[in-house]
Amino acid sequence: MFKIVQRQEMAGGTIVLNEIEAPLIAKKAKPGQFVILKANDAGERIPLTMADTDPVKGTITIIYMVVGKSTALFKSLKVGEGYQDVIGPLGKPTHLEKLGKVVCVGGGTGIAVLHPITRGLKEIGNEVVAIIGARSKDILILEDKMRAASHELHVCTDDGSYGHHGFVTDVLKEVLQKGGVKLVVAIGPVPMMKFVSKVTAEFQAPTMVSLNPIMVDGTGMCGGCRVTVGGETKFACVDGPEFDGHKVDFDELMRRLQAYCDDEKKCYNDFCTLQQA
Amino acid sequence: MVEKTDSKKVAQRQAMPEQKPEIRRRNFEEVPVGYTMEQAMAEASRCLQCKKPGCVEGCPVSVDIPGFINCITKGDMTGAIRNLWGKNSLPAVCGRVCPQEIQCEGNCIMGKKGEPIAIGNLERFTADYERIQGSGELPPKEKPTGKKVAVVGSGPSGLTVAGDLVRKGHDVTVLEAFHKPGGVLVYGIPEFRLPKEIVFSEVAFLERLGAKVECNQVVGRTVSLDELFAEGYDAVYLGVGAGLPKFMNIPGENLIGILSANEYLTRANLMKAYQYPKVDTPIPRGKNVVVLGAGNVAMDSARTAMRLGADTVRIVYRRSREEMPARKAEIHHAGEEGIEFCLLTAPTKFVGNDKGRLTGMECLRMELGEPDASGRRRPIPIKGSEFMMECDLVIVAVGAGANPLLTQTTPDLSLNKWGYIMADLETGKTTKKGVWAGGDIVTGSATVILAMGAGRKAADSIHKYLTWGW
Ligand SMILES: Cc1cc2nc3c(=O)[nH]c(=O)nc-3n(C[C@H](O)[C@H](O)[C@H](O)COP(=O)(O)OP(=O)(O)OC[C@H]3O[C@@H](n4cnc5c(N)ncnc54)[C@H](O)[C@@H]3O)c2cc1C
Ligand SMILES: Cc1cc2nc3c(=O)[nH]c(=O)nc-3n(C[C@H](O)[C@H](O)[C@H](O)COP(=O)(O)OP(=O)(O)OC[C@H]3O[C@@H](n4cnc5c(N)ncnc54)[C@H](O)[C@@H]3O)c2cc1C
Ligand code: SF4
Ligand code: SF4
Ligand code: FES
Repeated sequence: MFKIVQRQEMAGGTIVLNEIEAPLIAKKAKPGQFVILKANDAGERIPLTMADTDPVKGTITIIYMVVGKSTALFKSLKVGEGYQDVIGPLGKPTHLEKLGKVVCVGGGTGIAVLHPITRGLKEIGNEVVAIIGARSKDILILEDKMRAASHELHVCTDDGSYGHHGFVTDVLKEVLQKGGVKLVVAIGPVPMMKFVSKVTAEFQAPTMVSLNPIMVDGTGMCGGCRVTVGGETKFACVDGPEFDGHKVDFDELMRRLQAYCDDEKKCYNDFCTLQQA
Repeated sequence: MVEKTDSKKVAQRQAMPEQKPEIRRRNFEEVPVGYTMEQAMAEASRCLQCKKPGCVEGCPVSVDIPGFINCITKGDMTGAIRNLWGKNSLPAVCGRVCPQEIQCEGNCIMGKKGEPIAIGNLERFTADYERIQGSGELPPKEKPTGKKVAVVGSGPSGLTVAGDLVRKGHDVTVLEAFHKPGGVLVYGIPEFRLPKEIVFSEVAFLERLGAKVECNQVVGRTVSLDELFAEGYDAVYLGVGAGLPKFMNIPGENLIGILSANEYLTRANLMKAYQYPKVDTPIPRGKNVVVLGAGNVAMDSARTAMRLGADTVRIVYRRSREEMPARKAEIHHAGEEGIEFCLLTAPTKFVGNDKGRLTGMECLRMELGEPDASGRRRPIPIKGSEFMMECDLVIVAVGAGANPLLTQTTPDLSLNKWGYIMADLETGKTTKKGVWAGGDIVTGSATVILAMGAGRKAADSIHKYLTWGW
C-alpha cells in the first residue's frame, strides 16, 4: 500500500491534496511527470500529475479535482489509509530551459500541475510571469505558491469575485503585447488551453500545453490516450503529456474525453448515493 | 519411419466437454470444461508410444509426450506432471493456448489417417490435476548462490526464467509494469480461454519457491537498467513483450468507438471491466461490432464483444479463411458463438457523427493474387467495390510492435530495424553485458511456448554466466 501521510481539502472540498509515500517514484520524478493511481482491487487506473515531490521524505503530492467516481473514492481516503497501486513516474519531463521571459498560464487544477514547472523555470533564471484563473475566488488554488514561484502574478476570475474580472486570455494578451515573450506554458481545462493557444498563435509565441486524455496503462501499450498533433497520431502518455499547443487538435481531444461520459455519470451517481446512505 | 497402427487403438479421440455455444457466448466462464480421469485415461491409451515420436519434434520445447502420456495410462499423475515440468514450466497454460494443430498434434502419427492424440487436452488435464488435487510439493532447490537476477516483465518468458533460476539457487526478482503479474496471459487472453486463477497460482508457486514479484515497476521509468546493476543485480533478463498496438492509419481512426485490441482486452481482462459498474473501469459495449484482423487477438476481441452483449460481431479480414492465423479451435469456437467472418474485405476509412462517435466503416472487397514474402497469397483490392458497413465499435487487432519505452532509455542495447531487441537465438544474450532478452520483444509477436522456450535457453545461459562469467 502507498500510504497517505498528509491530506488537505481546497476550494470548498472540490479539490483535494494527498501527500503519498512512494520513495522510488519521489527519487526519480521530474516536473511535468505523472503517476497512475488505483485505490483498491475494483479501482480504475487514474492518471494524475505530481504537484510536488520530496525525495528526502520519499513522498509525492497530487492535487485533484473531484469530478467522478474514482476521484470521489480518492477523496474518501484518510491519512494513514492509502492507494493499492501507484505507478510512475510516467510521461516525459518538462524541458526546462533558460529562455528569458516566459509566461505560465494555469486554470483549475491545472495550476497544481503548473506550479512545479513555474518554479523550475524561475530557478534556472527565467523571468516568469504567471497568470492563474478560476471560475470564482472560492475555488482558486495555490495562489501563494504561484506568487512565490513567479516574478509577477495575475489572478483572474470568471465572475469577477477576485482579481481581474474575465478570462486568463485577456491578461495574456496584454502581456504578449508588451513583447519579448519566449515561451508560454498553458495548463488547465481543454477549452482554456485551446483559447490560449489561439491567442499565442497570433503573437507567434511558442506555446506548450499539457494534455489529459483518457489513459489506461500510461506506458504506450494501449493507444487509448492518442491525440492528434500536427496531423500525426501521438500517444500522450509516452510522447507527452506536453505538446506544442499550436499543433494540437483540441476539438478531437474534447470529444474523446466524452467517450465514457454516460457510463461514468451513472457510476458516480451510484457511488454518491451509496456514500450518503 | 511409419509406426504400425494397431487396430485395437484406433479408438475415437475423446471429445472435450464444452459449455454450449448459445450459453457461453454471453458468459465469461471457461469454454472447455476439461476431461474426467476416465476420459483422460481413454485418450492416453490411444497413444502408440512411438519410438521416434513425431509429436515431440513438433513441440518447440520437445516435451516428452509419450512419456507423460504413458504415466496417465497408468494413473500415475505425479509422474506425469514431473515429466511435463522437465520441459515446460506452465503446462496448464500451454495445454490451453498452444497452436497444437501445427505443433505437437500436427505431427502426431495418429493424425495421418484419423485424429491425432489430444496432447493439449492431456497436458491441461495433468496440470489441472496437480493444481487441484496434487501434493503441492515444491521441487528441489539448490543452495543459495548469492547472485541476484532481475527479470523484467512477468509474461510467460519472464516467469520461465524466474522459475528456472530460482531453482538453481539464485536470488530472483521479477519487475512488472502492470499492477498484476502474468503479461499477456493476464491482460490479453480472456478468462473464458485461460482462467486468471491459473496464472495467479503459477505466480504464487514461483513465490513459494522464493522468487520475489514486484508490480508497478516500469523499468526505464521507475528504475533504469544501469540503476539495477548499481543496486547489485548481477544479471538482467528482458521479457517485456511486444506491447505496442498497431493501427490501420486510415482516416477517422481517432473517432470514439475505435480501440486497439490491447486497450479493449486490457479493460476487459486486467481491469475486469465486463463486471462494470461493480468495478470502476468502463468498457464500450457496441451493438454492431467489427474486429479487424484474424489472429488469436482478433478472435479473443470478437468473442469478448459477443459476451458483452453485442447484436452482431464481425471479423473483417483482407485474406481468406485459409490464411487466418488464429488457432483452429478459436476460429471454430468463434463461429459456433455466432461471430460472422467477412473475408477478403479491407477497411478504407471510418465515418462518424457530429459528436465524433463512430457510425460506420467504408470497405473494399479484395481478391487473392500471387503469394507474397510470407508465402501467403497477396490480397489485391477490387476497383470500385467500395461499400459501407454500419458499426458502432471497431477493435483493431492487426498486430503489435516493439514498445520503445525501455529500449529508448537504454542506448547501449542494439535493436533491429523494427525496434526489437537483438539477442543471440541460442543464448538470449544481448549486446549489453549482463543483459539477456527473449520472447516477443526479440521475435515479434509469437506464441506462449516460444516465449517460454527462449526463457529456458536464456536461463541456462544466465546460470552459466553467474557460475563462470560472460
Ligand atoms: C496525464 C494526466 C494528468 C492529469 N493530472 C491531473 C491532475 O493533476 N489533477 C486533476 O484533477 N486531474 C488530472 N487529470 C485528469 C484526471 O485523470 C481525471 O479527472 C480523472 O481520471 C477522472 O476520473 P473520475 O473517475 O473521477 O471521473 P469520471 O467520471 O471517470 O470522468 C470524468 C472525466 O474525466 C476524464 N477521465 C475519465 N477517466 C479517465 C482516465 N482513466 N484517464 C484520464 N481521464 C479520464 C474524462 O474526460 C471524463 O469525462 C490528468 C489526466 C491525465 C491524462
Ligand atoms: C490477445 C492475445 C491472445 C493470444 N493468444 C495466444 C494463444 O492462444 N496461443 C499462443 O501461443 N500465444 C498467444 N498469444 C501470444 C502470446 O501471448 C505471446 O507471444 C506471449 O505472451 C509472449 O510472452 P512474453 O513473455 O514475451 O511477453 P508478454 O506476455 O507480453 O509479457 C510482457 C510483460 O512485460 C511487462 N513489461 C513491458 N514493459 C515493461 C517495462 N518497461 N518494465 C516492466 N515490465 C514491463 C508487460 O506489462 C507484460 O506483463 C496471444 C497474444 C495476445 C495479445
Ligand atoms: S507445450 Fe504446446 S506444443 Fe508442446 S506438447 Fe505441450 S501443447 Fe504441444
Ligand atoms: S502422441 Fe502421436 S506421435 Fe506422439 S507418441 Fe503418441 S501416437 Fe506417437
Ligand atoms: S495510456 Fe495506454 S498508450 Fe497511453
